[in-house]
Amino acid sequence: MTQQTRRAFLRAAVIGGGAAVGVTSGPWVLRARAQGGPVKIGLVLPYSGVYAELGNSITQAMELVFARENWTVAGRKIEIIKEDDEMAVPTGVRKTEKLIDSDKVDILTGPVHSGILMAMRDKVHNSKTILIVSNAGADAISRTRCSKWIFRTSFSNWQPCQPMGGWVAKNLTKEVFQIAPNYQAGKDDMEAFRETFHPAGGKVLGEEYPKLGETDYAPYLTKIKQSGAKAVFAFFSGTDAVNFVKQYDDFGLKASIKLTAPGFLTEPDVLPAQGKTALGIITGHFYTPQLDNPVNQRFVKEFVEKYKGKMPDGFACQGYDTAEVIVRALKAVNGNTQDKDKLVAAIAATEFDSPRGRFRFDPKTQNVIQPFIYIREVRELPGIGLTNVPIDKVADVRDPGTGCTLPA
Amino acid sequence: MSFLPDLLGQALNGLAYGALLFLLSVGLTLIFGMLDIVNLAHGSFYMLGAYAGLATLAVTGNFWLAALAAPIAVGLIGALVERGLLRPLYRRSPLDQVLLTFGLIYLFEDLIKWGWGGRIRSISPPPVFSGRVQLGGLTFPTYRLFVIGFGLLVALLLWLLIERTRLGAVIRAGVYDAEMTEALGIDVGRVFTLVFGFGAALGGLSGVIAGPIQSAYPSMGVSVLIPALVVVVVGGLGSLKGSLVGSLIIGQAETFGKAWLPGVSMLIIYAVMAIVVLARPQGLFGRPLR
Repeated sequence: MTQQTRRAFLRAAVIGGGAAVGVTSGPWVLRARAQGGPVKIGLVLPYSGVYAELGNSITQAMELVFARENWTVAGRKIEIIKEDDEMAVPTGVRKTEKLIDSDKVDILTGPVHSGILMAMRDKVHNSKTILIVSNAGADAISRTRCSKWIFRTSFSNWQPCQPMGGWVAKNLTKEVFQIAPNYQAGKDDMEAFRETFHPAGGKVLGEEYPKLGETDYAPYLTKIKQSGAKAVFAFFSGTDAVNFVKQYDDFGLKASIKLTAPGFLTEPDVLPAQGKTALGIITGHFYTPQLDNPVNQRFVKEFVEKYKGKMPDGFACQGYDTAEVIVRALKAVNGNTQDKDKLVAAIAATEFDSPRGRFRFDPKTQNVIQPFIYIREVRELPGIGLTNVPIDKVADVRDPGTGCTLPA
Repeated sequence: MSFLPDLLGQALNGLAYGALLFLLSVGLTLIFGMLDIVNLAHGSFYMLGAYAGLATLAVTGNFWLAALAAPIAVGLIGALVERGLLRPLYRRSPLDQVLLTFGLIYLFEDLIKWGWGGRIRSISPPPVFSGRVQLGGLTFPTYRLFVIGFGLLVALLLWLLIERTRLGAVIRAGVYDAEMTEALGIDVGRVFTLVFGFGAALGGLSGVIAGPIQSAYPSMGVSVLIPALVVVVVGGLGSLKGSLVGSLIIGQAETFGKAWLPGVSMLIIYAVMAIVVLARPQGLFGRPLR
């Protein structure tokens, strides 16, 4: 089913459901609710625009996990409420307020955009709403702006970047050009890379920050060429990733200047559109569908089957883990979402085998400890096509959590 | 960094970007000049062109057929839009027309999402132009050279069409004074449909031509609308020459802004627009405002 029809269906279902409740209103309804009405899970994600595919991947994997549980955990129905944040901060905040104040969700998940995460943080914290961050990597949420009520199953921006600096300096070159979109996540990523790149003797020969949603990178590519750098460390995702990678190859840079990046540059949401122009790109990421652990193999198989040949990506892995955490924590508290402290403790204690490896939260920050950051190279495999093949890995990558003192 | 290759390289980058802007904005300015409609859905025609191109490529695998089929398909859609939706609004305020074309953006975006999904797609360049050439010390993609040449060719053909043919004379007359043209026995209504369809076709063509450089996705038309409008304002509303010169100026301004003034590059094109509008409110080649 496409995005639009799914939403229309959901809307109809919600309206229909509401009407049904209205018709049968009576004392028995109140009793049913006390025994456990549905657990409401709010999703603030982009379902339109440049990053819609990310929102879709996260949602699809969550639905895969909930469907496995027949949408019922510890005797309670799971109800998800999807809100399109349009990748815009004011919209994201408004949708967050709606989910917390009107829908009274038990657990909130999302967003993709770090700006939305930072803007919704106080509302979430002050209303004591449990938020499981399923993408946005703003480092601050694991540091000075951490909260007892906020968990993150995805990554901090620092995590896929910091190990890359040392790896590039050791294995590729000590002369690098950095480029990222002109917003917080982009700057966080460049900074994290330098943390291990500089101590290993690396030198940054130049850096550029094009606007988010840039369509013509030619001026920057000319500058990269002129800088004499031997490698580029670039952070892009979505259409930016497609345009940058294609144009990087168009201008003939790929042959002489190795392109490296945090994994979002070549995730399966953009890889088909990049095609062979992506071959040889080196990225750091906590996931690739090529991982050969049994949980991942089952995940890939079920995801591909359910979504008609679509390969799961890192975003899907994040959605899977978010839903898995919710399911396991709800089971641990027997479906009781009223005692929020107990639920928070249950979430913090959740540990399981995820497609990415052993999943657990860092007690210091409530951010996921990446079992591995895989160094991956885009290759073409027979029968699979273009994919991110793990060629090296760095174990146990946890955000430093500087300035975070929980419970806060 | 050596200064000269950098300068030449960036100038070439700006030329290629400007050529794309021209292909994109010329349809917009044509429709405005003739019909007095600010067609916000022009970005949608660009997007529909890319998808029509993708559809043709999926069937035939031939870029040139895609570049031929897309403008025809989008031109027909444009003609239908003019006949069915815009025509009843001509007697209403311009705001109603703008609102309609604004609404069309969402309609077309959702139709494409419904049919194709939100996934990012990409058009491969034709094999002849898929490599790159060495120009002095520069490496430049041949496809971008083609875009520059193609943009200039389209400009020339349009100039011939508008300045040297009977149809062009009718269009120019219609732009100048629709009522008087009607009085001369010309069916202005039909010319309106033709011009709107033709403007839409140019939008569709630009979508295919931009395909190998950029990527195709349902909301792609929204992001190009602003630079296209800036070009039209700078060049002068309704002026073919203005659309060409405006595109080249904005192309260079944006490119050199990105390269040399990274901190303020996002503001450069608006600064250029503000200066032009202050000095010449009607744009570089627009008719003086009455």
